[in-house]
Amino acid sequence: MNDIQFDQVLDCRGMSCPLPVVKTKKQIDTMAAGQVLKMIASDPGSINDMNAWAKRTGNEMLSHREEEDSYIFYIKKS
Amino acid sequence: MSESKTKRLAIIASKGTLDWAYPPFLLASTAAAMDMEVGVFFTFYGLTLLNKKIEAKVAPQTNPAMPMKMPFGSNEFQNMEWPIPNILANNIPGYETMATSFMKKTFANKGVATIEELRDICVESGVKLIGCQMTMDVFGFDTDQFIDGVEVGGAATFLEFAADSDISLFI
Repeated sequence: MNDIQFDQVLDCRGMSCPLPVVKTKKQIDTMAAGQVLKMIASDPGSINDMNAWAKRTGNEMLSHREEEDSYIFYIKKS
Repeated sequence: MSESKTKRLAIIASKGTLDWAYPPFLLASTAAAMDMEVGVFFTFYGLTLLNKKIEAKVAPQTNPAMPMKMPFGSNEFQNMEWPIPNILANNIPGYETMATSFMKKTFANKGVATIEELRDICVESGVKLIGCQMTMDVFGFDTDQFIDGVEVGGAATFLEFAADSDISLFI
């Protein structure tokens, strides 16, 4: 599933909790509603954390997947 | 927003060691990223975390459960635990300084932000930082030595903020 269109990319590989969440929030704040952010992380905790963050902030987690050592998230700004 | 009302987090930060400096700033910065309103009340030794330069150290002697890890060498070497008996730790000069530097290096190796970075994020994202006036008077702290934007107040200031909070933590 590589066909999701995205507007911006954020690389959070090598960062531990809570940086992927905090950096994602910062990036999403600069984007327009409806735009999609692709975020890549290496922290295994980011799967639960990013879903919790999206649920709480109302941004939409379009999809997330695991690929070798990374976790890839597509988040649509609400 | 999935909830109509903004959630509020109120934290008391009472400890000034490097390890215990993490939870308040980590939770506050994350909560702010989750669109929560956050206030941290710094009291007793927690006040030192408001100093412009944070000089927090870790004291393994006071926490026998603290794993002692080496911040260099192969992954296997780094993951080994080095049980240092208190009788030794208490008598090695500079042990705290060494343990502090090891902890900072291990955290950096694992991609953990520094306390200063997390604090900066808190300030940028509008976390309310409140210094406890009474402990400031007792220990001789002055607002001039703190970072900008620190409010000062007493127990009532914190409780008024915490009264309408959804999450309240004492750290």
